[in-house]
Amino acid sequence: MPTVFDWEKPLVELEAKIQELRSFVYEQGLDFKDELNELERKADKLRKEIYERLTPWQQVRMARHPERPTTADYIKLVFDDFVELHGDRKYGDDQAIIGGIAAFEGEPVTVIGPQKGRDTKENISRNFGLPHPEGYRKALRLMKQAEKFKRPIITLIDVVGAYPGIGAEQRGQGLVIAECIEQMSFLEVPIICIITGEGGSGGALAIGVGDRILMLEHAWYSVISPEMCATILWKDPNRAPEAAELLKLTSTDLLKFGIIDDVITEPLGGAHRDHEGTGRQIKAFLRRYLSEVKKIPTDQLVEQRLERFRKIGHFQAVQLEESRVKL
Amino acid sequence: MLRVFRSKPKYATVRSSAPDGERRDGDPLWVRCDSCSSLIYKKELHKTLYVCSHCGFHFRMSAWERLRMLVDENSFQPAEPLVSVNPLGFPGYEEKIAQSQEALQLDDGILIGEAKIQGHSCVLGIIDFGFIGGSMGSVVGEQITRGFEYGIDKQLPVVIISGGGGGARMQEGIFSLMQMAKTAQAVGRFSKAGLFYLSVLTHPTMGGVYASFASLGDIILAEPKALIGFAGPRIVAETTRQQLPPDFQTAEYALKNGMIDGIVPRSELKDTIGKLLSFHL
Repeated sequence: MPTVFDWEKPLVELEAKIQELRSFVYEQGLDFKDELNELERKADKLRKEIYERLTPWQQVRMARHPERPTTADYIKLVFDDFVELHGDRKYGDDQAIIGGIAAFEGEPVTVIGPQKGRDTKENISRNFGLPHPEGYRKALRLMKQAEKFKRPIITLIDVVGAYPGIGAEQRGQGLVIAECIEQMSFLEVPIICIITGEGGSGGALAIGVGDRILMLEHAWYSVISPEMCATILWKDPNRAPEAAELLKLTSTDLLKFGIIDDVITEPLGGAHRDHEGTGRQIKAFLRRYLSEVKKIPTDQLVEQRLERFRKIGHFQAVQLEESRVKL
Repeated sequence: MLRVFRSKPKYATVRSSAPDGERRDGDPLWVRCDSCSSLIYKKELHKTLYVCSHCGFHFRMSAWERLRMLVDENSFQPAEPLVSVNPLGFPGYEEKIAQSQEALQLDDGILIGEAKIQGHSCVLGIIDFGFIGGSMGSVVGEQITRGFEYGIDKQLPVVIISGGGGGARMQEGIFSLMQMAKTAQAVGRFSKAGLFYLSVLTHPTMGGVYASFASLGDIILAEPKALIGFAGPRIVAETTRQQLPPDFQTAEYALKNGMIDGIVPRSELKDTIGKLLSFHL
């Protein structure tokens, strides 16, 4: 049974009704063309109404839809000849991040992204897509390898956060995230980051420093998950929908803030309703932005990447007399 | 879907020795040590640099107190003052800032400028936990970045004393997260200029502060028993449902696991920083 959200129910019911009438028409050989057209029109209108006015919390739910494509799905849909590469060469191979080399329209690229499971069994082996330090170290190793062979890097980001576990802390989760962020910033190859689902805090940023940052329409990206934010603010994770509003975490918000460069529109109803359509969309955006950044000379590429992040922040300079800092 | 954040945890592991700073029970004369529960005369605490004379527990210090403890007299020149705005229109944020500014006599969560430590000029930044948990918003991120840029400009080493509970400043949302990238890049540029960055981790250094500039020092020191890590211990306990090691996420644990260069008691901090600066002239 596919997952249906409350707000989709009227649409799903209408779609079922249309389907029913269709098969009835087919079986009985009757002419209900006008009625069907009318219902189709209604469904189209409803679809637009529902999906173009999603609340931030509904967007978060869409990003977590169990049938939403995972990183492995996108790799199949967007790239050819993927060869997966394993291990960080130091400790282990983290199944929660996959990476390797693939061809994008004939050209080799390095692709990296956190991987959620499709079912319970896979989720356990993938640690629910929550990476350990060795996952980030693998990502960094593959990115440096890409730099050596002058391959562009594409990161596909769908992660609620870095894993908060004992071993993860013991092996330097914070430290490795810092290293990833710093070293990725100076890599002398084009980097395109696509937030495909969840962009959860430092665990996402660790593979999110790029020359172009794109985001799928129903993805979210924030400093903290809405549940965690609600817990801190009101000691109540059930108020996550309110927190989602406050955090301004939707693709529309982030485009407005200039944090991302573009929003990749999803097929109406979300990526989970049409994997192939979503893959085609990503391909089109990737083609455009990759050819754009490939034209930038290497020294300028890194300089522009650093400049992009250097500018981020909102603050105000004050006169010395107004400052609290008095010697 | 793994529920990382449970509404009602089955149990919460809070170590009895969990350092929690100076308790303000309202008693004007005495404080109770969070580690050994001894009563300490407040005036004595000033003299011992906020270290418990019974068990050696390091209380949190304000940025101003730390500045007085570390720098040569009259050597501190504060950076251009910056104040926070409320980019997301987050409710209650302005009030929180105003309260912290008033209580701590700071413009935001960091006291930063040029200073001399045992005669050695450096850029010194001190994060104050009291200012919204020592979290990094746009101002802290910008000041740290400018600090490293100033260091490159004047060929000065940078010393940052970190101590931030939550790391990121939630009220600034994505702008706060991006300060991690901005500061990490500032460290990267500074490092490529061949200059020396000393990171000192004090209780507690967690989350986005730990996962950016604080982890990227050429040398990383910590104060005894300081809580150091990425995810908070309660989150780890709730997620894993495992008993946490007794020394989990302490400075001693970080040292044992190879994450820091050394632990320096507060009484020796100034000398140690001075010595390290003298090696990097």
